Amino acid sequence: MDWEVVIGMEVHVQPKTRSKMFCGCSIAGLNEPPNTHVCEICLGMPGVLPVPNKAAVEACIKTALALNCEIPRHTKFDRKNYMYPDLPKGYQISQYDLPMSVNGYLDLGERKVRIRRVHLEEDTGKLVHAGDKLHKARESYVDLNRAGVPLMEIVSEPDLHSADEARDYAMELRTLLRAIGASEADMEKGQLRAEPNISIRRAGSKELGVKTELKNINSFRALHRAILYEVDRQQQALESGGAVVQETRGWDETEQRTFSQRSKEFAEDYRYFPEPDIPPLELDRAWIEELRRALPELPSVRRARLLDHLPAAQVAVIGGDRDLADLYETAVAKGAPTMATANWIVNEVAPTGKLPSGEHLAELMDLLQQGAVTRDQAKEVHLESVETGRTPAEIVAEHGYSQLSDESELRVLAEAVIDANPKAAADYRGGKKQAMQALMADLRKRAPQANPKVANELLLKLLA
Amino acid sequence: MTSDDLTQLTITDASRLLRLGSISSADLVTAHVERIERVDKHVKAYLRFTPELWEKQAEEADRRIRQGDAPPLAGIPIAVKDVLCVRGVETTAGSQILRGFKPPYTGTAVARLFEAGAVMLGVTNCDEFAMGSSTENSSYFPTRNPWDLQRVPGGSSGGSAAAVAAGEAMIALGTDTGGSIRQPAALCGVVGMKPTYGRVSRYGLIAFASSLDQIGPLARSVDDAAIVLSLMGGLDPLDATSSDRPRMEVLNNFGAGVKGMRLGVPREYYDVKGVEPGVKAAIDAALFILRQAGAEIVDVSLPHTDYGLAAYYIIAPAECSSNLARFDGVKYGLSEVDAPNITEEYQQTRRKGFGTEVRRRVMLGTYALSSGYYDAYYLKAQKVRTLIKRDFDEAFKKCDAIVSATSPTVAFPIGAKTQDPLSMYLCDVLTLGGNLAGLPGISVPCGTSDGLPVGLQVLGPQWGENVVLRVARAYEEASELKAVVADPSPLQGRG
Repeated sequence: MDWEVVIGMEVHVQPKTRSKMFCGCSIAGLNEPPNTHVCEICLGMPGVLPVPNKAAVEACIKTALALNCEIPRHTKFDRKNYMYPDLPKGYQISQYDLPMSVNGYLDLGERKVRIRRVHLEEDTGKLVHAGDKLHKARESYVDLNRAGVPLMEIVSEPDLHSADEARDYAMELRTLLRAIGASEADMEKGQLRAEPNISIRRAGSKELGVKTELKNINSFRALHRAILYEVDRQQQALESGGAVVQETRGWDETEQRTFSQRSKEFAEDYRYFPEPDIPPLELDRAWIEELRRALPELPSVRRARLLDHLPAAQVAVIGGDRDLADLYETAVAKGAPTMATANWIVNEVAPTGKLPSGEHLAELMDLLQQGAVTRDQAKEVHLESVETGRTPAEIVAEHGYSQLSDESELRVLAEAVIDANPKAAADYRGGKKQAMQALMADLRKRAPQANPKVANELLLKLLA
Repeated sequence: MTSDDLTQLTITDASRLLRLGSISSADLVTAHVERIERVDKHVKAYLRFTPELWEKQAEEADRRIRQGDAPPLAGIPIAVKDVLCVRGVETTAGSQILRGFKPPYTGTAVARLFEAGAVMLGVTNCDEFAMGSSTENSSYFPTRNPWDLQRVPGGSSGGSAAAVAAGEAMIALGTDTGGSIRQPAALCGVVGMKPTYGRVSRYGLIAFASSLDQIGPLARSVDDAAIVLSLMGGLDPLDATSSDRPRMEVLNNFGAGVKGMRLGVPREYYDVKGVEPGVKAAIDAALFILRQAGAEIVDVSLPHTDYGLAAYYIIAPAECSSNLARFDGVKYGLSEVDAPNITEEYQQTRRKGFGTEVRRRVMLGTYALSSGYYDAYYLKAQKVRTLIKRDFDEAFKKCDAIVSATSPTVAFPIGAKTQDPLSMYLCDVLTLGGNLAGLPGISVPCGTSDGLPVGLQVLGPQWGENVVLRVARAYEEASELKAVVADPSPLQGRG
């Protein structure tokens, strides 16, 4: 009998805000000196009070709307009580039974993954242990730069059934969050943290197996590998007559395996209760509708539209990035050809990350089509245009770039190439059509500006 | 005018003399410091003094008075309860766990009084984390009632009430979670006011029970309490539970007298279990005076009163168990760093730093919030709280304000209730309803029973501080019972 993999995802996302969730402290960048973005509020000093950050609430509502969630009329914050040195107040302000939003879904193209809830909470600080391992450390230090940084927690239903699907889900979430401007969602910077809950069961079984929760995953690749490893581990355990223990497991990137962190057998009692320092929020429906109207086109919708006139491979790249998709659509709107523009973006723009304006791209595509520049020249023009902000036409004029299309000049060049490559010429005449490539390569070397189409025709004519 | 005369003034009188130039703020400070030196060794109202603040603030007040742009409280000497954070001034909530803690910021209410020109004399004693009704739970020493040094001043703001009663401060700030301003005010014969929940920002108040705590004034006249309240209140962007109601509205019409007002006497309060005959007699006399002044006295009922105490002693400890979790020895205050691991460090720090009553309430609250007990305790208590609010809503359909005794008893001897927490909890039975319902309430002196002060409590509807103050002021005027400065001496003890 086959095993069925069941995965639900908990994803923590840091919304794009200037300040922390409940105080005015700015958000620290990576590697900033410890405890430099702190105040009496996020340090949990006696007497301080939390005031919710409106920008974080807005980002959460936008995310919820983009995930097709319902926004209940009433929502509130709750305290999750537990003591740990990285938690300055001895409780985390989170949301328990009345989250900001419920019951949505994320469209993965071929199917929908149900979203159980999206809620807001605050991040904890960071412990730094002197020595590499906690149990060996003689001293531990607390850095509270991250304490109180806003987090949205996006919880899916257990609708994912493979490592591939889980990775696709997380990547699509990132695309969506970036598209709506709710988060930069950079996994390396800890702005998006995915925690899969994994269990397996016999195919056809209705009951869920015992699940484990994976933590410390900091890339999509690690997410994929960790799930593969964990599914395999659970399968081996069950097939050898053992059992899966409900627990939290960490992903060890160096050893490429998961390890037990915390057993859930003695589940901690968080003693949730409503946060008395923050009155329940009654979200203004008009404001929510305003946010809904202001949402940009969602990536799934845009992708569907792009698929009308572009192949899937191109859409996968262009549709996955709001900037690229915007660039493509502006250039095409200015008359650039669809396929050529899409290919140019996939091959020249996406890998370099150097984004021209749609207008400049349309102009460049036009110059290419007219044969005014070669492809190699166009690449240089593209880079220079992005760097200097000048138009491609200006750059072409200045460099004197323009293709050599004059037949009499090209004929002299073609004759020289044939003379210099007697073997290739003979091969071609003898029927080896691919020998033409060597001749063209030599010609491009002698005259990069040569119009390849005209040159190719001349060579064919001379060799006939 | 003698030095002692200066310690008996009200804000109105002192301000007039200051503006006339008859006295200076420095004179006021000196008079109070002399008074403190004479009586505080008996009363023990203060935990610590703030000469660096009073020197600077008095000098500034005198300068501005000379310039003619004196703010409303310029030069007025105040005392601050040890739960209100003042930048750079050791603030410990009466607890060893915060020994040495100097807040890096000043809370909103205190900051507003400072801006209004007040001069801080020092920090007053209180029950640890404001948990108690006698100030005997202070981890330092008990404060004594200036009327009888063998008796408690009430609590938890006992230090503030005693300081005002003994002429050791013109005004003091207290906090009221279940009666902690009104009850000590009653026992010390002064005026104490708890505002509507949300009227005064709690920013800077070391929390006991966040949904019940309010900061308020203790004073020797209703006018003084009203002035201070009007200056402390108003929206604070640092407190999401603070209201944007106009702060000056507390003074609306408050001198209009009680003629034509309907004052409700809840039978559950009037006949409360354990009420002393002398207290009842004083209240009867007060009702008579109010009727003479033109008020109509009507019967009302608060049927869920009996459940209030139980609900309060679930909600308040539940919130306290969470609020006090931050005292873990990691960031400030007492820290038992030699513990072998973090759990031990927590346990040792908290065992050593918290007193018995605090530990009891942390445990009660933790239990009430635990999985499996939450519905039976915390949730049920919240439902009772809603019923109690409704009781008041119903009562206020029949009357403009509610009057009762503040405390069923007068000040009791030190040690009388320390072995029986439940009897101590019963001290709050007439006051905690106002906290559960978030209503404004005041206690004003209404005579004595066996030589000890009795307090009259006036409760008003939400945001009805002006109504409460109006009744209290009319009573104060009609009864001619101004708070008097007690002259404590060890000889006065009646054992």
